[in-house]
Amino acid sequence: MTGADVLLLAVGAVAVGAGVLVVTTKHLVRAGLYLVVCLGALAGDFLVLSAELVAWVQVLIYVGAVVVLLLFAVMLTRAPIGASDDLDRPGWPAALIGGGAGLGLTVLLVDAYRWGTVALPRAGTAERLGEQIFQSWVLPFEVLSVLLLSALVGAIVLSRPDIGRPGPGADPAAERPGVDVETGGRR
Amino acid sequence: MRPVIPYVTAALLFGLGVYGVLRRRNAVLVLMSVELMLNAVNLILVTADTTARAVLPHSGQVFALFVIVLAAAEIGVGLAIVLQLYRLRATVAVDDVALTEPAHPVDRREPAVLDREAGR
Repeated sequence: MTGADVLLLAVGAVAVGAGVLVVTTKHLVRAGLYLVVCLGALAGDFLVLSAELVAWVQVLIYVGAVVVLLLFAVMLTRAPIGASDDLDRPGWPAALIGGGAGLGLTVLLVDAYRWGTVALPRAGTAERLGEQIFQSWVLPFEVLSVLLLSALVGAIVLSRPDIGRPGPGADPAAERPGVDVETGGRR
Repeated sequence: MRPVIPYVTAALLFGLGVYGVLRRRNAVLVLMSVELMLNAVNLILVTADTTARAVLPHSGQVFALFVIVLAAAEIGVGLAIVLQLYRLRATVAVDDVALTEPAHPVDRREPAVLDREAGR
């Protein structure tokens, strides 16, 4: 057991423990905060595995942006402060499938790698990863930028109530009694 | 460095994510569990970068970056859908969502819009 192993064990235990709390806690807001702990521990894992850039991007995007978005959603859906009892459904199937997937993967990976050691590669600094992305992976990078744009447009269209409604001919308000046809069209 | 430690961490996190997706009723918590699964995959990719000697160096880390971008896009669209669901049905419980269309058509516009039309 080297120092790296001890560190990996420690941050791994923190990540799994926080993950357990994310899926079992009764408090909506606390689930988001435990998610911060879990993702931060994973960023530590990445650092120990010498993936510097991925670790900092994880902190920036996951801990900084995604969790804040999730907490916004919790607040916007008027989540109760305090414990709520209706968050779970009775879940033996969930425990069975989730436990089966987790333990199955564990057995598979332990069987594949046993207790062997590998040498850590050179650190994945921004310079080296940038060289790889802009030499070998340019096309996926560009496709991802298009995908981000379409996700942005899709999110805007989804959340604007006045876009994407049926036109005057197909408006269900036209068939409702009490609403005259002229005002039942597009607003 | 023993790669089995982060691999087992990732496997357990993925199992937890699957459990959370199937167990939780609140759509925001389902999205959080999906994030757990995506992060387990990221950890596997970064660890595989240290164990596998590929032709291109650092491919696993590049793919982990791509997965992070995909997760950001997913969470944006997912939250837009969840908020629209809350606006229409005033609930975010995933098992309250009807999977089939109602027999008689329901006007799904916002209550404010309907009030404005009824007042005219």
